[in-house]
Amino acid sequence: MIEPIGERINGMFKDIRIAIKERDASVIQDYARKQTEAGAKFLDINVGTAAEDQCAAMKWMVEAAQDAVKTALCIDSQKLEVVKAGLEVCKNEILINSSKADPEALDVYMPLAKQYNASLICLTINKDGVPQDIDTRVSIAAEILGKALEHDFDISKIYIDPILLPINCDQKQATMMTEVYQQIKLMSDPPPHITVGLSNFSQGTSEKSLLNRTILTMSMAAGLDAPVMDVLDEELMNTAISAEVVMNSFIYSDSFLKAGKSMLTGN
Amino acid sequence: MALPVVAEKWSNSVKELTIGATQAEGGTREKTVTVGGAKCVPFIECDGETGNRPAIAMDVLDYVPNDWPDILRKPIEDVIDEPAKWAKKCVDEFGADLICLKLDSIHPDKGDKSPEEAADTVKSVLEAVNVPLIIWGCELNDKDNQVMPKVSEAAKGEKCLMGYAAQDNYKVITAVCLADGHSIITQAPLDINIGKQVNILVSELGFPLDRIVMFQSTGALGYGIEYTYSIQERERLAALSGDNLMAFPVISNVGFEAWRAKEAKAKDEDVAQWGAQEDRGPMWETITATTLIQSGVDIVRMYHPKAVAAVKKYIDELTS
Repeated sequence: MIEPIGERINGMFKDIRIAIKERDASVIQDYARKQTEAGAKFLDINVGTAAEDQCAAMKWMVEAAQDAVKTALCIDSQKLEVVKAGLEVCKNEILINSSKADPEALDVYMPLAKQYNASLICLTINKDGVPQDIDTRVSIAAEILGKALEHDFDISKIYIDPILLPINCDQKQATMMTEVYQQIKLMSDPPPHITVGLSNFSQGTSEKSLLNRTILTMSMAAGLDAPVMDVLDEELMNTAISAEVVMNSFIYSDSFLKAGKSMLTGN
Repeated sequence: MALPVVAEKWSNSVKELTIGATQAEGGTREKTVTVGGAKCVPFIECDGETGNRPAIAMDVLDYVPNDWPDILRKPIEDVIDEPAKWAKKCVDEFGADLICLKLDSIHPDKGDKSPEEAADTVKSVLEAVNVPLIIWGCELNDKDNQVMPKVSEAAKGEKCLMGYAAQDNYKVITAVCLADGHSIITQAPLDINIGKQVNILVSELGFPLDRIVMFQSTGALGYGIEYTYSIQERERLAALSGDNLMAFPVISNVGFEAWRAKEAKAKDEDVAQWGAQEDRGPMWETITATTLIQSGVDIVRMYHPKAVAAVKKYIDELTS
C-alpha cells in the first residue's frame, strides 16, 4: 500500500514561513492533523530557506507537529545539522530526508539513521550532479543498496529518490522514470521503497492536479510507493487508492475509496 | 546443518469475539465461546499464534424438518418438535459448543409464526441450555425484519450472534444488534467483494468492528467447496496483511449444505455401491467441515452428532 508523504509543512509555503517566523504552532498542527486524516503515512517537515536559525526552527516545528499527531515525521533538510536538530527532539517514527549517494555522505547518514532507528531517503545524486538517464540513476541506486549492506542497514527502511524532474524541464524523462522504478524494485528482496517529489513534476504548469494524478498512476504501476505529495488533494488521494485496488493491493468493494482511506489512516 | 525457519510475518490479526454472556456479564450463560484471534494462517504455528479453536454450533430448528433424511432425524427423533429439548440434547449428549437456533417457522410457507412466538422460542432455548446462542432468521427479508427486533429484545444481555445482515437488507438487524448488545453476521453470496461491502455498510451505521462475524454462503464438498475455500483463504490473507474490514471470525453453514448433497442423502437401496448412509452422510458433513476449518473458518454449523464427534476430534488433534 502506498505510503504518502505529506508535503505541506514546508517553509517554502508562505503560510508556513509566516508561522515559523511568528512561532504560531497552530498552523503547523492544523496541517499535521489534516494531512494525517487525509492518509499521510509521513509528514514532511522542512524549515525552508527563510528561517534565521534553521536548527531552532526545525526543533520547534518537530515539537509542534508531534504535540498534535503521532504520525511519522520526515525530517527534511539538505543541511546535516538541521536534520540532527530535528532528530534530537523527535519522538515519533522518523524518516530522514535525505542523503546524497556519495559514499562519504552515506557513511554519515546511514549510521545516524540507525542510531535513531529511522528510515532514510537516499537521492540518486552524487558529486556529478543529477543524473539525466536511466542507467546512471539505476547504478547509483545499486551503490546505495551496496552501502546499506555494508552498514547492515535494513533495506526495507531505505527510500530511494531517483529524482523526478518537472515536465516542462525535460519532458522525455517522465517515461524513463518508470523504467528506473522497475529496475530498482528488482534489486533486492525485500526491495527498497521508492519516493519522488511528485508535485515537482507539475510545477509551473497549467493543470497541476491532473498531471499529478496521471504521473502518480503511471509511476505506482512501475513501483513508486512513497511519493512526497499533496495529500490534501482528494482527487489525487482517490487516484492513489484506485491504483492500489487495480493492482490488487486490497480487496475491492463498492466502497473501496472509503476502505482504502481507512487502510491508509488505520481507522 | 540447522534448517532455517521459514516463517511468514503478518502485520494484522483476526479480531477476537466472545459469544454469550455469563451472569457476571449481564447474561445467564454458564459458558461463553471465544473465536477468532488468529495471527497467522490456519494452524501454521511457526508463523504465530493460531488463535482460538474453531467452535461447533449445532443447528436446532423450530420447525420439524420433514425433508431431512431419516438418518439425520433419528438421533433427535424424540425431541424434533421441541426446540428447547432438541437444543439441550445437542449440548448434553452431542457436545455442541453453541446452539444455532434457526427460526424456520416464521417463514410464511412454514407456519408464518409471529415475532412474539419466535421470541418465546428463543427464551425457551435460552432457559434449556447453558451455552451461547446463534439466532438465524428465515432468510426472507421482510419477515426477518419484523421478527428479529422482538427476538433480539427477548435475548437482550445474552450477547448472542444474530444472522444476518445482507447487502440489500442490513439496517434493521444492525440497529437491533447494536441496541441489544448482540454480535452480527454479515452475509454474502460467495462473493468476496460484496462480503467486504456489507462489513463496510454495517460499520457505517456505527456497529463496532469487534462484534462482526462473516458468512460466505457455503458450498459443500463436491458442490463448490473450492469456491468457499478460496474466498475464505483470500479473506484471511487480506485480514492478516492489514485489511481491517476483512479481519473478522467466519461462520460456515456446513450441515445444511452437506446434507443437500445426494452423496449424503441418497438412501442405501438407491446407491448400494456408495456404502452405508449411516457412515456416508456424516462423512460428507465431516469432510466439508474439516476442509473449511483448514481454510480458516471459526464457527461451523453442523447437523449430525457423528460428524460433530469426528470434527471435534479433528479440532482436538489440530490444536493440542
